[in-house]
Amino acid sequence: MRVRITFSKTGALRYIGHLDLNTIWERAARRAGLPLAYTQGFHPQPKMNFASALPLGFSSRCEVMDMRFNEDMDLISLSAQLQDAMPSGIGILNVENIDERAAPLQTQIISAEYEATLTETSDVSELKRKIDDVIASQSLPRERRGKFYDLRPLIERLELNSENKILMRLAAREGATGRPEEVLDVLGIMIEHARVERTNLIFRN
Amino acid sequence: MLKPEEIEAGLEQILLKVERPGRYVGGEINSIVKDWDKVQTKVALIFPDIYDIGVSNVGLKILYDQINQRQDALAERAYAPWPDMEAMMRGRGIPLYSLESKHALSGFDLIGFSLPYETLYTNTLNILDLAGIPVRSADRDDAHPIIIAGGHAATNPEPMYAFMDAFVIGEGEEVIDDIINVIQANKTREEKLHALARIPGVYMPKFYQVHYMDDGTISHVETLTDGIANPVVKRIVAQLPPPPTKFIVPNIEVVHNRVSVEIMRGCTRGCRFCQAGMITRPVRERSVDEIVDTAEAAINATGMEELALLSLSSSDFSYVVELVNKVSERFKGRKLTISLPSLRIESVSIDLMDKLREHYSGGFTLAPEAATERMRRIINKFIPDEEIINTTREIYRRGWTTIKLYFMIGHPSETLEDVQAIADLCKRVLSEGRKVAGMKVKLHAGVSTFVPKPQTPFQWVAVDTRENIIAKQKLLKHELNDRNIKLSWTEPEDTLLEAWLSRGDRRMAEVIYSAWKNGTKFDAWNEHRKTQAWLDAFAEHGLDPAFYTHRQRRTDEIFPWDHISAALRKNFLFQDFRQSLEGKIRVDCRLNCFACGILPTFANVRRENPGEAWKCPDVKSPSSTKQLAVSSINLPVVGD
Repeated sequence: MRVRITFSKTGALRYIGHLDLNTIWERAARRAGLPLAYTQGFHPQPKMNFASALPLGFSSRCEVMDMRFNEDMDLISLSAQLQDAMPSGIGILNVENIDERAAPLQTQIISAEYEATLTETSDVSELKRKIDDVIASQSLPRERRGKFYDLRPLIERLELNSENKILMRLAAREGATGRPEEVLDVLGIMIEHARVERTNLIFRN
Repeated sequence: MLKPEEIEAGLEQILLKVERPGRYVGGEINSIVKDWDKVQTKVALIFPDIYDIGVSNVGLKILYDQINQRQDALAERAYAPWPDMEAMMRGRGIPLYSLESKHALSGFDLIGFSLPYETLYTNTLNILDLAGIPVRSADRDDAHPIIIAGGHAATNPEPMYAFMDAFVIGEGEEVIDDIINVIQANKTREEKLHALARIPGVYMPKFYQVHYMDDGTISHVETLTDGIANPVVKRIVAQLPPPPTKFIVPNIEVVHNRVSVEIMRGCTRGCRFCQAGMITRPVRERSVDEIVDTAEAAINATGMEELALLSLSSSDFSYVVELVNKVSERFKGRKLTISLPSLRIESVSIDLMDKLREHYSGGFTLAPEAATERMRRIINKFIPDEEIINTTREIYRRGWTTIKLYFMIGHPSETLEDVQAIADLCKRVLSEGRKVAGMKVKLHAGVSTFVPKPQTPFQWVAVDTRENIIAKQKLLKHELNDRNIKLSWTEPEDTLLEAWLSRGDRRMAEVIYSAWKNGTKFDAWNEHRKTQAWLDAFAEHGLDPAFYTHRQRRTDEIFPWDHISAALRKNFLFQDFRQSLEGKIRVDCRLNCFACGILPTFANVRRENPGEAWKCPDVKSPSSTKQLAVSSINLPVVGD
């Protein structure tokens, strides 16, 4: 059985990276006594797929993953058992059955939306001007881990809402993923002065 | 003192700027967060190295569970922050805090450090300082927590005497409740310390004064108050209590990401270099059913993928075959890796590992320790070459491609010929393996350097010199230069530091303090090795490091740790040392009691707990008629 799980990641678990999150899910399934499916071979891996890795330090209310089990189960009790076995910080929001042959999640995701709450007060009009500059720009050459790339085409939407939160929609296709901390950096905002939450994942269709 | 909310707000500002912030946030499955305001006594348990190493420590886990089972107490955890985090915390004035409730450590009533090895000493000072607590016991007052330590390094607590209020000697399971009760029953720091000093197994340095002779050795130790023990005899539990099952499940990858079940405590082999084997006596075993049920409960409670069945010598567990059968039966078909370390070099061990094959990954580890008959007799670990060759050949034949062999250099009176024999044996193991399994076989030789530890038969001998160690390692590196042999060794500087710290007296405390002030910490980590800072600290206090390490001790010398007793008679240790010089072997003491001192010291404990879990043989000795036995009774050495 293949199930699609939507979950939130908050609190202490914000500081846990993507690889460690894999282990957290695997162990939760084992603690819950669920028949998680594993790959064949010398080093069997649990059959789990995440739509998009969430960068360390960000919370999320919209993570999506697929998990495969060796047996069919009732979705409501599956959801409850998994939630009971989870460390606090993971909240299961939705569980649904999915066609075994459906395309893998990571090939279906197009973009991701983020909301950055500023924890240090800043000059709103100055910030608005910077956002306008980014939107007006043709390209934003950036360097990350020694690689040069253009951030501009990865920014699909960028705005300051009425509560002075920065909303952004960034490309999240395989090989073309925009990172919110890069956008904040362009706006002159240090990462420790913003709380970033992923609010929505956008898929094909 | 910063409140938890203020600490959390500060953390938010820094956690994204440090490596692996998951070390510093807690929130793990099986961690216990109680209502702070509703609990009388707050205890912080600290492993003074980073989270990645400390979180899986079994000793602290036992105490964590035990304290948290009390309605009137809570236990939380803290570890040493890595230097990047420490710098950030100091920069923002964030004190070290507990992972569970984020309370500053200075707000706890009691802080307990685990000190399993000596290279954690500078970290211990650093942690107190980072917590805003005066590092010296004498500088603390009613506003500060009581600071205690336990663990194998407390076998010689003297180098840390100035910093700890008290040490727990021996096993902590019973004594921790006594300590909490005393803290609850007394108001002022002074009253608490006086009451704590009277708990059996608790050593409070401030009530003992050490007098020295002109040559720097100790003349005697004076007790400064009535009603305290001299020597302070270790505490033990008569029977091993139910082992922990709800292990903390780290949210990040750590060094030992597994559940551990202690199958047996103590060892009867009597290897003369082995401090653990001497100080953890007597041997007490758990039942097979208890072990297997515990393992299953722990796996279910954690979801972990690895199980370690721990003891000092698994092969000596009375029902090891039954244990392995039951474990492989119970976990058949489940994704689980099982490790059963410390197996003896004999074919039975391979049968055991074969049964665990489904659950086994990695190589096979054996510990011959020495490679000549003379050395093997000296250290009392006698395994003939042929047995090593036959066993390793069989391991390779059955399909394991890598074998790890542990050796030690620097044993008493060792020569270059003895070291050459280690290289020769390794090469022979490999070439015999190739005959049965082809060219793919590999060997890992782990060669550490011996440190003569307190409370062992070798406490009288000197540490090998730096020059000798270097010459021996050079020989090994030259001889074992083979791409199918991996050689690992201990840097001589690390060995000497371990020796200074484990053999030191009270004057070492000032050296430790200065070394820490000079910037030493994480001494167990290669990248933090600061030998010169240590040498400078010795010079600053006019002490010669060689006094502690390279001096053959007089047979009647009073050691800095002689007023601390692991219930081993000094005369027993000395007889064993003498037999070592004569190349005499002592057999497994389950077969023949050598009167180490355990039975007379714990005669009552044993009598109240009959049965087979405790593995000392029955002996008729004068002590069995005495009501109260003390460790200083001179018994004839049976079996001499």
